[in-house]
Parts: sequence; structure tokens; C-alpha cells
Amino acid sequence: MIPSAFDYSTPANLDEVLKLLAEDGDNSKVLAGGHSLIPAMRLRLAQPEKIIDIQALRPQLSYIKEEGDIIKIGAMTTYYEIESSDLLKEKAPILPEAASVIGDVQVRNWGTVGGSMVHADPSSDLPSVMLALDAEMVLKSAKGERVEPASTFFAGILQTTIEPDELLTEIRFKTPTGKKSSYKKLPNKASHYSVVGAAAVVGVADGKITDAAVGFSGLAEIPMRFDELEKNLVGVSTDEASIEKACQGFASGVDALEDLHGSQEYRRAMAEVFAKRAILAALSK
Amino acid sequence: MLTANPTGYVGSRIKRREDPRLVTGNGNFTDDLTPVGTVYLHMLRSPYAHAKIGSINTAAAKAMPGVLAVFTGEDLKKDLAGPIPGVPYGTVQTVPAYYPIATDKVRFVGNIVAAVVAETRGQARDAAEAIEVQYDVLPVVLDMEKAVKDGSPLLHDEIANNICTEIELGNDVTEAFNTAEVTVEHRFVNQRLVPNALENRVALAEFHQGDESVTLTVTSQNPHILRTLLSGEIGIAEHKIRVVAPDVGGGFGSKIATYAEEVIACIASRKVKKPVKWTETRSESFVATIHGRDNIDYIRMSATKDGKITGLDITAYANMGAYMSLLGPTVPVLCGVIVPGPYAIPNVHFKAICVYTNTTPTDAYRGAGRPEATYMLERTMNMMAEKLGMDPMELRRKNFIQPDQFPYFNIVALNYDSGNYEAAMDKALEIFGYNEMRKTQEEARKNGKYIGIGQSTYVEVCGLGPGSGMTISRGYDCAVVRAELTGKVTVFTGVAPHGQGQETTFAQIVADEFNVPIEDVTIKHGDTEMTPYGMGTYGSRGTAVGGGALMLAIGSVKDKAKKIAAFQMEANEEDIVFEGGKFSVKGASGGKSISFQEVCLKAYIDPKMAPVIEPGLEATRYFEPGNFVYPFGTHLAAVEVDAETGNVKILKYVCVDDCGKQLNPMIVEGQIHGGLTQGIAQALYEEAVYDDNGQLVSGTLMDYALPTAAELPHYTLDHTVTPTTVNPLGVKGIGEAGTIASTPVIVNAVVDALKPLGVKDIQMPLRPEKVWKIIHNGASANGSAGADASVVEQHFGEDNK
Repeated sequence: MIPSAFDYSTPANLDEVLKLLAEDGDNSKVLAGGHSLIPAMRLRLAQPEKIIDIQALRPQLSYIKEEGDIIKIGAMTTYYEIESSDLLKEKAPILPEAASVIGDVQVRNWGTVGGSMVHADPSSDLPSVMLALDAEMVLKSAKGERVEPASTFFAGILQTTIEPDELLTEIRFKTPTGKKSSYKKLPNKASHYSVVGAAAVVGVADGKITDAAVGFSGLAEIPMRFDELEKNLVGVSTDEASIEKACQGFASGVDALEDLHGSQEYRRAMAEVFAKRAILAALSK
Repeated sequence: MLTANPTGYVGSRIKRREDPRLVTGNGNFTDDLTPVGTVYLHMLRSPYAHAKIGSINTAAAKAMPGVLAVFTGEDLKKDLAGPIPGVPYGTVQTVPAYYPIATDKVRFVGNIVAAVVAETRGQARDAAEAIEVQYDVLPVVLDMEKAVKDGSPLLHDEIANNICTEIELGNDVTEAFNTAEVTVEHRFVNQRLVPNALENRVALAEFHQGDESVTLTVTSQNPHILRTLLSGEIGIAEHKIRVVAPDVGGGFGSKIATYAEEVIACIASRKVKKPVKWTETRSESFVATIHGRDNIDYIRMSATKDGKITGLDITAYANMGAYMSLLGPTVPVLCGVIVPGPYAIPNVHFKAICVYTNTTPTDAYRGAGRPEATYMLERTMNMMAEKLGMDPMELRRKNFIQPDQFPYFNIVALNYDSGNYEAAMDKALEIFGYNEMRKTQEEARKNGKYIGIGQSTYVEVCGLGPGSGMTISRGYDCAVVRAELTGKVTVFTGVAPHGQGQETTFAQIVADEFNVPIEDVTIKHGDTEMTPYGMGTYGSRGTAVGGGALMLAIGSVKDKAKKIAAFQMEANEEDIVFEGGKFSVKGASGGKSISFQEVCLKAYIDPKMAPVIEPGLEATRYFEPGNFVYPFGTHLAAVEVDAETGNVKILKYVCVDDCGKQLNPMIVEGQIHGGLTQGIAQALYEEAVYDDNGQLVSGTLMDYALPTAAELPHYTLDHTVTPTTVNPLGVKGIGEAGTIASTPVIVNAVVDALKPLGVKDIQMPLRPEKVWKIIHNGASANGSAGADASVVEQHFGEDNK
């Protein structure tokens, strides 16, 4: 499969990348891990005029660190680096857990967390996790820096609010200290993307849930959270029957995706099932 | 018969000798070969399933950089000697002309409408996108049962009711059903599958100006057959065509047929006077390489109240796709001939209606007809057991052909030479712990869990095959065994392994027979200039037939070696014995002997033999078996259905197969593992889904679910050994058994799991949502069964009139 012709540049540093984006961001695509962009180009579903290969930024944009009570992940950090990070395993174990069920070893070795965010495939696993963690996207451009919360970053299927001249450089979120969390998904049997995935981050005290954030992949055009569900969960006992009850009904009105791997009806039902499973798995930790 | 030699290679678990080469990137696949000056071919394919071709404008494409030639259907026709052939069988009206590039109409998405040759792959693809084609879109015919009705749009004007052919086998079953005490009837859908060999198809054509010959290097399972067919397509005589199949990365039957692209590549190479290479992409492969299965089967079975099956009656609609692929109508024949399975059923009637639709042509896919037969039979056996209130295994036991009944004529066509079905079944039941599992199931049901047990007892027909039993041609293969001057042995085989491991198993045989280290043996294959006419590898025939030829050739080399040994030791040829790698004189004292290697050397250089014995030490032999072979066995599985999601988890899978003598148990197991995986994947995952416009919806690996190790259970394998005398090795093919047996096991298990909900059938593949809907909305929910009972009743009602 041969992509259509394109111009290719390998800027040496962040300033050069931002300069190129400022010049012609509309007709350019940034190449990081390439595991979403290159297949699309080979199928000629994407025919960008210009490819800006940012491999030179890898040393600068691959990191996982905690500063104060904020965990910061460089946009070019690979899934494997997330999956194997001791810091994340200790402080935000939902991320290594979710990263470990993405694609296969090759995908995890190359695919980057930033790529996953800006590609915004509704069935990707990490966007819903970042949503549940109340993460923020750090976006840089020649004009400066701006921060956008995950809750407004995702705009539609393969669409975000990133501007053509911007580069996602970092994803950061408050360390979920004391929270319990887990990611569970029903994989599409072919691609292993999620038909529905649920990322649960919950607080517990005295055998009751004090607060809950549950993000969903695969369910709708963008990663979703539901106020109704999260309110229902507060004060609920941690036994299975109570959790199951609290997880009922919230998805019934959602405009769900529909394809070969799941109808709207099925995806709505699975959202309830996997919300329950993710919460129970989180509580069992 | 095999010789027992101290080398002891045969029967041992020798690692595949081809693997280090293949897994370290040192294989020699067609796409690895790029002769100097190679240019590239790209196909423009129809985006419509059915349309008249209006105008085609190639001017812009021809003017693009690097473009050397652009062909339309009309352009190509001038250089074409004949269309792509299909082998008719049954009441064929006429074989529709299948031109490599469509001329008047396109009939499936993927039908080639133009071809571009350019200096690079990218240029060829860019130019193809610049070709303007005007289509006049026509109504699409996808549903076989509608396609055959009067007034349905026709794919081929000359073919009434879109019926390719009708095939009828067996005897009259009317009386059996009129007098039946118990009957069951059902409509099964055996869905369409995409073969998805790891290596896509590739063709590299080199036309040689000097002698006007052509070399086609290609992903083929049968280079000799392809050479013959290609000659008829491109109009170059057979002796001027060389077909080479180097390393081939799997086929599963999809590399048997002759295809448009290799024809276009040969003609293009002749035109542009350069080597021309075409490499299929995965997306192309989904629409351009043959598909498998796609049958609708109406089946009814009659039995006595105490469980003796008295009759079997089947009407199978077989989807041919848009054209007749090489073995399109042969596949349903392979279904019909084995449809009674391992049971002694006195009355069997099978009718296949082969139908053209606006879909990719179908052909042989791993098992080819036999999985379809086994699926409907084994599912129906369970329905009958349920109706009779018998355990499904007891119904099978009661109807098995008994060991003393062999050779057994199965009413339809075949003489089973040997078998011991109950022995394999008892072994499987014991390993599986059938009775304990029933108790586990009972307990689970009390706790609201859905555990099910599935079974399949099968017999298959393979080792194609005896000349007398084939529909198309004689069924033999050949081998050349050449003992080299230095005592090494080179074998050239007419079969064309592409994953089956004959570079190892054949070397084991040769090393044992000549008592030489296996390192001294090389097995060569896949080049029409290397061997006499060979039929290739398909239908689990490589070892059963090709191995027979190898044994005969080894025997002939031994005969000549004895002649040489006798000369060298001044003894009578009849007195020479060959043991432990040495030729000695029977009964002679003193231990005078001559080694195999010495005999080889003398054969080529000893001047003293000049007047007496012809130089050289090699033999070419053909082997044509007197019958097919009939592997059989019992497969059992336990599954658990997740009621919340509908997901099916396989808890346990046990199979006991009988493939006769095992030359290399590890390779046998590898073949079974692969077969099981593909068969289970049909039950659970795989399906070519077309939308109403004939677009293949599951046309990428993101949507077409191929199984991976992560989804599959540990397989517990065992075997029985029932010898066959059909071939000199006593072997039966094992390439397809796993695929043939396993599909109904899983569906039987899931249906059994959901029995408390009144579920009788679920149409494959058992995707989680389908199963979930049945659990939550009841057994009559969408997708629960092939069709409601009235459709089936109507079918057999009409048939009985």
C-alpha cells in the first residue's frame, strides 16, 4: 500500500516544529508513533500534503514525572512506557492497566499517548482514562501555550479542539491519591479496540463510595462521562448488588455508536456492565 | 512399507527444518524477488457490485510519470487466448466468460476494470486513480434463495435464474421419510469466510524475448496445474512457460485457482518487455482472492424411536460468487460425498444448487465442502438426540459404522477403507471427563451459569486422490529421488508445500530409508522445470499421495543401488540386503559390505561398470492411490457463556484424531492446532459481511476477526492409529481435520449452554452481541436461528410433492 505523495520534514527541535505548524498547519500532519496516521495514509484515507516527523523531540517529550501533586506525561511517551512505569503503577495504576490492553506489543512499543489523544479514535482506550482522571492537555504553538481540559478537548470522531498550529506536548493530571481505579473493556474481536471500555476512579470511605469518575471508550463519538451515574454512585455500599443497581439506566439515552461489533442497544447495555465491572475491580484493589 | 532403521527419524518430533529460514527473514517469497528492471502492476477495481461499464478514459493515466502501459478489458482481450477457467460439474448451463479485466459489466466489488504498469508501485497506484470509468449501476443480487427466483436480475445474461449448476447425489429417500418414526429438519447457514493467508498473493512475470518464453514466479499451491491453465489463458505453449512457487506463506486453498492478476502480469511483461510484479495488498485480498463456504443448507434426518438413523436429505445452496472459480462447483461435491459422515445411514440424498451472486467468487477453503457437511450433520445429530431424549454421544455410538463393516460404501459415493470410530470416541470421552463435566454443568446451571458441552464425531475424505474418484483429472503425484555422487540425497517432489512441513517429513523418510543423517537430505519443490507433472498441495494430499511417490522412488533407487552393490561385491543382485546403511550379501560370511555412500560414488564414476550398468543413481516415480484416505475422530469442548456480555469462553477442548501413522507428531499437532483455530474462528468470529449494495463491510482486519492465541484455549490432543493400506506410508492427511471437526463442536456447546432458555440454534458466527440478545430477548430474537420453522417446512413440503 503506497500513500499518495507528500512533503516530509524532520525538524530538529520544538521551535522548528511549531514554526512549521504555524506556516501550514492546515495541510500538515505530525508523525509521532505513526500507528494511526501511517495506516490511514496507506489506505489513502488520509492524504496530508506535509508530514512533520517529530522523532527529534522524543528525548524531550517522553517522560513520566510527578511534580508536587501533579503527574505529567510527555506526549511522545509510548504505551509501553506507561504500561511499565513504576511511578504510574504506584500512583495511577489505571494507566498501566489500560495501556496493557491496547493493541499488541508492536503497537505498544510505538504508539504514543499524545498520538492517542489527538487522533481521538472513539474506541481508543486512553482517552476515557484521561477523562476520568480529569486530565489536561498542554498545547504549544508559536504563539505560546494553552491548557485544555480533557472534558472539552474531544470534539467528535477523530476530532479535537487542537488548533492546526498547535502541538500536544504534555498530558497532566492531579495524582489520584487515595483513589481506587480500574479499566475494563469488551474488545472488538478483530481489532481489539474497545467496543465499550470503562475507566473507573473512585474514592471510598467507611465501606461507601465517596466520589466516582467513570470514563467510557467506544460508547459514543467521544469519550463520555455521565453525571447521573457519578451522582448515583456517591454513598453507595461497595457490595456487588449495590454497585450494579447504581450502574443501571444511565446510558439509556446516549447516542451510542453502532457498527458490526455492537448495536446502539448493545453498547448502552455494555456500558452498564463494564461500569460495574470496572468499579468492582477498582474496589477489589 | 517404511523400514525401521536406527536413524529413527520417522515418528520422532523433529523440529521443522524450514522454520529457521522462514522466521529469521531468510525465506524466499515471491515479493522478495525483484529482477533488474522490474516494473510494477496495479489494478483498478470496481467499487460497485454490479454495473455496466460505460466509457473508460485512460488518457490522463497514460500521461502520468513512470507509466508504461494501461490496459482496459478490451485492450487485454486482444492478447488473451482464453478466459479464466472454471471446471464445470453437474447440470452446468454454460461457463460464463471470466475475463481478467472486465469488458461489459462488473459483477463484484473488486472486479478488475483496468490495470496500470509503471516504474514504481506508487506511480502505478497514482495513475490508476487517474483513470476515469463511467458506471451504469445495476440492481445487486446477493441472496441465493432470491437469486434463483424468476425475475431476479441476472449476473450473466446467458445463465437463467443465476443457477451455475445443480448436483445431485445419493439414493431415493422418500420411503425413509414416509415411514419415519422421528424426523428433525432445519436450515443452517454456513457463512462466507475470507481465507487470509499470511502472505497475500504475488505474481512476478518475466517474458523472455529471446525464446518467447515466460517465467511466472507466483504464490501457488499447484505450479504445474497453473502452468497448463496459464497456457490456455495467455496463448504461450506449456513448454515455453515455467511456473515457480518459491516459499509460499500459506494458502488454505486460496492459491489453487488461477487468477486474473497473474494473467495480466504475463501479458504486461510481454508488452513492456520487462519483468512485471504485482503484489496484492491485504485490502485487495479481501475482495480479490477467493472466499470460502457460504452455503445455505436445508437438512432433514429421519430415525427410529430407539435412535437408528434411517435417512438424510439435504438441499444445499452454494454461493459461487460472480463467476465460476476453478473449483467452485467441486466444493459442494466434496460436501455431498461425505455428508453421511461416520454413520451407517441407508438412505442419503444430497442436492446442491450452485448460484451466482454479486460477490467475490468462492472456491476451496481449508476443508472445502467437508466442514459444511460436518457442520450440518453434527448439528442435526444433536437436534435428533434432543428430540429422542438421548445423550448426543449415545446417538452417535448407536449409528457408527462398525470396524467389521469396512470397506464401507457410504451410499453417496465413497468407499471408506478403514475406521474405528468408537475407539476414538471412548478415548476422547475419557480424557475430557464427559460424565464429570455433565455434573459440573448441572451444578453451574443451579447457580445461573451457562456451561455447555459440544461434540463432533467426524470422518473426512482427503488425500486427493484416486484417478477413478476424482471429478476432473487423475489424482497422482510424483517424486524424483537423486542419490548424488557424494552420497547426499536430493528429492524433487511434485507437491507444493506452503506450511505443511514436507521439507522435514520427507527428509525424515529419506534419511531413514537410506540410513543417512537428515542433514544429507534436501527436499526441493515448487518449480515446473524441476519435477515431472505434479498436482500440488491441497485436500490434505501432500504426504498421503506425494509421500507415496517418494516411497516408490526410494524403492527404485534402492533397487538400482543393489544392482551396483552386487556388481561391486561380485554377488547376485537377489542376494543383496540393505541394512543399517550397508549393502551386504545375504548369508555370506566375512562381513563383506559396501556403504550407501560408496554405492553412490561408484554409480557415477566407476569405469568398470561402464559396459554393464547405466551411470547415475536416481529414479522418477508416480504414485496414484487406489482410494482416498479417511481420517476420523472425536472432538469435545466445554464452554461458558457470559450472560452479561454474551461472550463465549472455551473452558476445555479435547480431540482424538486418527490420521494413521504419524511421521512427525509435532507437525501433526501443528496442523491440528491450526485447523482447530480456523474452525473455532468460523464458529465464533469470522464472517464476510456484505451490505445491501454488495460492499464487503468486514473488509479489513480491523473488522474481520481472525483468531489470536489470546482468545483460544489450551488444546488437549490425543490420537488413535488405525492403519490404512491405501498408500505405502499408512498415512492419512491431517491438514484439514481440525477445521472440519471443530466448528460444530463449539456451536453445539453454546446451544447446549443456552438449552435452559429454549435455544435450538444460533447462526454463526456466535458474536457476543448475538448471544447476548438471545439471553436477554429470548430465543426468537434476531439472529437466533437460520430461519423460522415454516420456511424449512415449506422447503421440504415442496420437495416431497
